[in-house]
Amino acid sequence: METAVAVTWLPVCQATDIPADGGACALVEGEQVAIFNFARRGEWYATQNLCPHKQQMILARGLIGSTGETCEPKVACPYHKRTFSLLTGECLNADECAIQTYPIKVENDVVYIGWA
Amino acid sequence: MPRQIDTAGSAMLQSKLEALGLKIHLSKATSHIGGDGKIDSLHFGDGSILEVDMLVISAGIRPRDELAKLAGLEVGMRGGIVVNDTMQTSDQRIFAIGECALHSGMIYGLVAPGYDMAEVVVSQLLQGARAFTGYDMSSKLKLIGVDVASFGDPFIAEPHSRSIVFEDAHSGVYKRINISPDGKYLLGGVLIGDAEAYNMLLQTVNNKIALPPHPEDLILGARGGEASEGAGVMSLPDEALVCSCEAVTKGMICDAVTELGATSVDAMKKCNKAGTGCGGCVPMVKDLINGTLTAQGAYIKNVLCEHFDYSRQELFDLLKINDIKTYSAALDHFGTGDGCEVCKPAVGSILAGLWNDLIVKQNVIQDTNDRYLANIQKGGSYSVMPRMAGGEVSPSQLMAIGRIAEKYNLYTKITGGQRIDMFGAHVSDLPDIWEELIKEGFESGHAYGKSLRTVKSCVGSTWCRYGLHDSVSFAIEIENRYKGIRSPHKMKSGVSGCVRECAEAQAKDFGVIATEKGWNLYVCGNGGAKPQHAQLLAGDIDGPTLLKYLDRFMMFYIKTADPLMRTATWLNKMDGGIAYLRNVVVNDSLGICADLEAEIELLIKNYHCEWKEVVENPELRKQFTHFVNAPKVKDPTMEFAEMRGQKMSKAW
Repeated sequence: METAVAVTWLPVCQATDIPADGGACALVEGEQVAIFNFARRGEWYATQNLCPHKQQMILARGLIGSTGETCEPKVACPYHKRTFSLLTGECLNADECAIQTYPIKVENDVVYIGWA
Repeated sequence: MPRQIDTAGSAMLQSKLEALGLKIHLSKATSHIGGDGKIDSLHFGDGSILEVDMLVISAGIRPRDELAKLAGLEVGMRGGIVVNDTMQTSDQRIFAIGECALHSGMIYGLVAPGYDMAEVVVSQLLQGARAFTGYDMSSKLKLIGVDVASFGDPFIAEPHSRSIVFEDAHSGVYKRINISPDGKYLLGGVLIGDAEAYNMLLQTVNNKIALPPHPEDLILGARGGEASEGAGVMSLPDEALVCSCEAVTKGMICDAVTELGATSVDAMKKCNKAGTGCGGCVPMVKDLINGTLTAQGAYIKNVLCEHFDYSRQELFDLLKINDIKTYSAALDHFGTGDGCEVCKPAVGSILAGLWNDLIVKQNVIQDTNDRYLANIQKGGSYSVMPRMAGGEVSPSQLMAIGRIAEKYNLYTKITGGQRIDMFGAHVSDLPDIWEELIKEGFESGHAYGKSLRTVKSCVGSTWCRYGLHDSVSFAIEIENRYKGIRSPHKMKSGVSGCVRECAEAQAKDFGVIATEKGWNLYVCGNGGAKPQHAQLLAGDIDGPTLLKYLDRFMMFYIKTADPLMRTATWLNKMDGGIAYLRNVVVNDSLGICADLEAEIELLIKNYHCEWKEVVENPELRKQFTHFVNAPKVKDPTMEFAEMRGQKMSKAW
């Protein structure tokens, strides 16, 4: 079942703060959010910064990329290379639980996170 | 659960779950649920009371046969619509499938037999002849992180079978296999705590595969001697059911490889849905695909990853010939998709091996250690390691290290490579720490890079009464010559001043030992998980000759090894081994030595201290923060504990 949840768009940082084809972590309402600038595809993604495998605040420092015929965008945890879909948050190569993803948009070079 | 595992297994599972902090109440009959308006307690038959906030009821399977009863169909004593082998109820025009159906006194609560029953009904409707003949209830699941599996007949006992039981209360592992009295066949078993062998054991039961002479190896693994490789997946019969969710056999998988060209798990899923249900068979499917390809004599190409259809060596040449200097250009010209965590650092390593440009210019393709120019440790802190070539350090430098480590509250330790590592640095402190270290005359130690780490040395002829030559000076010269050069994997080296070998040079990627007449050069040694002694490449040579051979050796390795392949493995895989390598490096049998020397000369010339570049560049410094929108805030989740008067990272 899907429900529509109203989100508040919070300005978080400048688009130029996040390296092209890389990520950085932002502090949003006391939570650590990993923001990814997938410049190669012209896409932006946001997920929790915590890798569920060893409970480390690290995902923003992971390498991003894609996998499969659908080119599913993903991020790899630097510690033990667990990979997670940037679209759904699902773990793609192990049994870890899925990570939280957040709505994200960029307007006038400002990055906004959709906060529920 | 009592239908799946035996008493001893249950006890092991119970203690394993209790170790996780769960309290288990057994043999409790609930007399009533207490509370007013909301639940607050459970009252048991023995008079005891348990206070609770929430109650979750696991009701097992209860066949919904109300409609069938009203319709006058025959139902079982304890519920369930009675069906025959074609899934017909007592009224042959009505079928029942799934967990409402009672077949031969059994209710099946799993999805796979449900699918099977559906196929039987479809077959009947289409005038086919398929029948349902019961279903293997073997299953494997994870219970709050604990593996639990049972297969075949888990309970069969003497005289119909003999059991082999392995019980390790320390790590919470219980394994039982039941074998036929003649020791030839596996009949069933139970696995608690470690169910890795489940797939293979299930196949062994279902296909009546003859057991090896020591069936205990099935649950204990081969101990000592040669590992038994006979019982691999390729030895299964074609009718062996590999994916039980989708009923795919080994024969179907191998046919999909040979006839339909399905050579990846994803392609296989599209062909026959193997591995799309629970996914438990995916490792086996992968082995079957590779096994079939190998059996066909197919050339399994050693490509970087799904994005680059080239080996590292091929891509190295392509990027060189086409003068490509960025990852994006490499992907655009020779790759597909958007890259991944495998090809990004691999291409980064190739580009560094070609041009030795500053790696922080393309830091988003580097693994975290190379991205932050420090080694990430548990908890998200980094360690800092300045170069101390040859292990030589002055008293004033030692004091500087002490002062800086104290100022930034860092744990200090002497490493195996004869230098000092400082642990527990916050990412945002790294540029400040390095600014101070550089002021004291230090430079990056490249401990974070796949590059030359250290050249360890013994004290040599300057002090030692046995020393033949000055091993420290030579070690410093070698370390400074090759420092910062990126290679397929890290490289370690050592120089010993005499045959007593205090620098352990023969355990290194390249090692030098002084002789009466000059130096011996050894290559491709390795410590690590599989220690291997280095082999003599050239003996009794002078210093300049040794450096010339080393130049060629190192560049040949950089150009031809696979990603993350140490020199020892590289040599082991090389046709002709050390004799071939000696021919290439010493006798120039391929006629490439002049090129190799020119190429490494370029890398040596382009050396820069990466930390100096960062410290002097405000834009680069800015990237060393935890929160991009709060650069001064350190990660609040990072915690340290204390041990022997210093800090240590918290266990994860």
